Amino acid sequence: MSTTPILEVTNLRVEYHGDNRQVVAVNDVSFSIGEGEIFGLAGESGCGKSTVANAIMRLLKDPAEVTHGQIRFKGRDLLALRGEELRRFRWKEIAMIFQSAMNSLNPVMTIGSQMVDIFTTHEGLSVKQARSRSAELLRLVSIDPVRLDSYPHQLSGGMRQRAVIAMALALEPSLLIMDEPTTALDVVVQQEIMAQISDLQRQLGFSVLFITHDMSLMVELSHRMAVMHSGRLVEMADAELMFASPLHPYTLSLMNAFPPLTGPRIRLTGLSDSVRAADGSSGSCSFHVSCPPDRANCSGNIPDLREVEPGRFVAEHPRPSIEGTAA
Amino acid sequence: MSVTNPSETVAQATPDAPAVVPASDRRPRRGLLRGILGNRKAAFGAAVLLLFGVVALAAPLLAPGNPSLITAIASQPPSLEHLLGTTAKGQDVLALTMHGARTSLLVGFVVGAAATLVGLLVGVASAYFGRVIDDLLSLVTNVFLLIPGLPLLVILAAFLPPGIGTVVVVLIITGWAGSARVLRSQALSIRSKDFVAAAVVTGEHPLRIMFREILPNMASIVMSTFLACVIFGIGAQAGLEFLGLGDASVVSWGTNLYWASNDGALFTGAWWAFAPSGLCIALVAFALAMVNYAVDEVTNPRLRTTKKGRTRA
Amino acid sequence: MTTNTGQRRPRTAPIDDVSVRVRGLTKDFPLGGLFSRRSMRAVDNVDFDIPRGTIVALVGESGSGKSTVARALARLERPTAGSIVVGGRDVLKTEKSAASRRYRGTVQMVFQDPFGSLNPAHRVEHFLERPLRIHGKARTRQEVRRQSAELMRTVGLTEDMLDSYPHELSGGQRQRVSIARALAVDPEIILADEPTSMLDVSVRIGILNLMARLRDERGISMLFITHDLASARYVADTTLVMFAGALVEGGESLELMQNPSHPYTRLLLSAVPDPARTVRYDPVQRARLRQAVLAPTACPWQGADCSATLPVRHTVGPDHWVRCHLYSPQVSSATNPLLTDSDPDLESNLDAAPVPTRKAAR
Repeated sequence: MSTTPILEVTNLRVEYHGDNRQVVAVNDVSFSIGEGEIFGLAGESGCGKSTVANAIMRLLKDPAEVTHGQIRFKGRDLLALRGEELRRFRWKEIAMIFQSAMNSLNPVMTIGSQMVDIFTTHEGLSVKQARSRSAELLRLVSIDPVRLDSYPHQLSGGMRQRAVIAMALALEPSLLIMDEPTTALDVVVQQEIMAQISDLQRQLGFSVLFITHDMSLMVELSHRMAVMHSGRLVEMADAELMFASPLHPYTLSLMNAFPPLTGPRIRLTGLSDSVRAADGSSGSCSFHVSCPPDRANCSGNIPDLREVEPGRFVAEHPRPSIEGTAA
Repeated sequence: MSVTNPSETVAQATPDAPAVVPASDRRPRRGLLRGILGNRKAAFGAAVLLLFGVVALAAPLLAPGNPSLITAIASQPPSLEHLLGTTAKGQDVLALTMHGARTSLLVGFVVGAAATLVGLLVGVASAYFGRVIDDLLSLVTNVFLLIPGLPLLVILAAFLPPGIGTVVVVLIITGWAGSARVLRSQALSIRSKDFVAAAVVTGEHPLRIMFREILPNMASIVMSTFLACVIFGIGAQAGLEFLGLGDASVVSWGTNLYWASNDGALFTGAWWAFAPSGLCIALVAFALAMVNYAVDEVTNPRLRTTKKGRTRA
Repeated sequence: MTTNTGQRRPRTAPIDDVSVRVRGLTKDFPLGGLFSRRSMRAVDNVDFDIPRGTIVALVGESGSGKSTVARALARLERPTAGSIVVGGRDVLKTEKSAASRRYRGTVQMVFQDPFGSLNPAHRVEHFLERPLRIHGKARTRQEVRRQSAELMRTVGLTEDMLDSYPHELSGGQRQRVSIARALAVDPEIILADEPTSMLDVSVRIGILNLMARLRDERGISMLFITHDLASARYVADTTLVMFAGALVEGGESLELMQNPSHPYTRLLLSAVPDPARTVRYDPVQRARLRQAVLAPTACPWQGADCSATLPVRHTVGPDHWVRCHLYSPQVSSATNPLLTDSDPDLESNLDAAPVPTRKAAR
């Protein structure tokens, strides 16, 4: 894994325009992904992580809009791409697996014809060549190529998801974005999928942006991780390091929300399941999870990520030199 | 860890898009009416319908007397005295058209409402009870769908005593099956949702489930089915009357067309005798279709076009 | 549950310490058209009890039939065979065609999908008002409002949410409303069909804590259906493992997870993501293990072919049974390959992921 970043997101800001108000879904988010690196983006539903992925893929539609920031892929400005260029870049350079992708396979086409479609469209191959490439791809994800002629409903959920992964990797992209790839799959199948992805990544060397709310899943797979909350990044570090010693209280509470499989039964407190607002401008700050009960000294400023150690970033206000309240 | 006071936070619609519904504006159906009026297509459609409605209601005032009376010289083109000219018999076309609106609109809406109601009852019952009842009702629906409409209309109208009532009955009989099909599909898909199962587990009575749980979720499709049935009602009625199977003594757009054809208006080139009634039918149908589009758009946000232009994203 | 006089028995003096007794529950779904005789057996002869005031977890893969068990208990599906005994009476015989109101007031259900289980056309107060009125818990508007507010507080929500529509609440809040709805009838048993599967992992604990509280404070028994073993371990007293429509293992939760006996249980446990695991899994070996477990006609442990004879329950510990020939008394622990740690062939197969064994020290 080299350190040359292939994806650089800088100060990204995405807003949704409503009838009479603006909601900021992604607020000043910056991170980079290196070649061959698996980068995990964790957070609860609604924190903006899927929006980030859609922004990178240029899939944001009205009323969403990128209002600030840059996204550079291998040095090229992604936000400036248009028309034919954009079309060529999608799927060949960056591919995406959406939430419940296995349900978004075309139910009236066989798997084979959907895969052949990719090759004939993007690479201009003949149908015969495309079929043999597709068969190779299926073998890559441990599906018998005879399944090329099966319809999606004839495959199990796990197989469908693997087929979707195969399709995403068809054109050998440099970056694969996965948005909750294992929701709706049960635990055994989930593990297989994760193992498959890990395998493929080692074989083919692509980078991965892995988005999920399931921290334990992410830690097993990722090299580096970031935690997102209400549109902002609150912590970013090496995965194992973050798991071993999370610095931000929100990260800690996310990690503690998992009942253990071994050891005594202890009562855990999860995160509050109240609805979260994406904009902090309504007067009730949604970042108070990290604050002490006495918020008398609250400056009202939402902290930015600061590098506390090389490679470790935490969103916290600089602690005063005297022992005081860190707001 | 402290908890955000839920009443301060704003609703979230989907995992990705933060909701844009202000907290003050919470009813999801505040909108059906207001949404329709706010939509340009619908506003146009509604305006046209309103105009026709007013004219229909006010016809006795605007054109007093019996419009079928012969009051003028026959086959006169439009003039200041008779704004739309006169028929081959010598009746005022404008008066005939205005009075015609009363019958045509009334029959249209009655047929529309009744056909939708029958279709709704059959469709929802079919979907809710399933199995034997569903099979039975579907069979009946399919039979009525298969029978060719126009011939059935013709036969029924020929055998039943002439009159507006016959027309209404005949149209309802031929019109309900199509909506039943559609409404059954929709009801079926709602029936399979967990909230219906939850109502069953709570101990709700089947009738309550059908009308208080399933039906409210069908509001938009019932509305569009109704509008489509009204269009059918007006058009089919005109068709029947044009063929002479309606009650020729009643004044309606269809009978106007019938008489115009009977008296050879086409041959003599007296376009003013049939054009107004024909145009009215077309306009009303068009207006109803516009309102229908709006209902679709209001209830299915994905069909809406936003006011902002395309953006960078 | 009633006494002979038909009065509602006070909770403090139960005559039976089991809320639900299920025996031989079987459900076949017909495949193909109207005249086809093929069918799929979703639930195969399932027996279990739900003791009063406990939570029983039913875990298994998707498609293992666990939801069908819950729906059968909720009388949403008609079982092909079997008995469901509640209050000393087999309700499948006493209430053959449809569940009685009394049954509905005793057994309630919470569904998996927080988005689909609340009617989007109604406000939250509707969902609580209906059960209160139907079961005669409240008669006037004030009573309804008062009791609804109380229910909301019990599940950790606020009274003002009664005026909200479901789409204005988060997933976790919606599930709480569903739980409040189930509580409104004052049930003895709540069937929870994967109540947390569609919620964010971080929100699940809140719901699980609520379930535990309802059991502890109100003595409500629960059937908790899930595919997440960690949640089952956290909140359930007993865990039952279901595979292909049949129960294969069961017992006290902690004991079962500590000493998983059936190969399928071991597979399940090893599949739960656990970042604290020190050894990374090997996909090839895992595939082999999965193949071995899920294709029982080729059981790799000799002499234990399930396709020939159906295994029966064997006891492997206090309150812990398993249905696997390998645990029958004839197979001594010395030769039981699942218990022997030193078998070289199986080591590679089974210990691909470190399943907690009796020797492992943590």
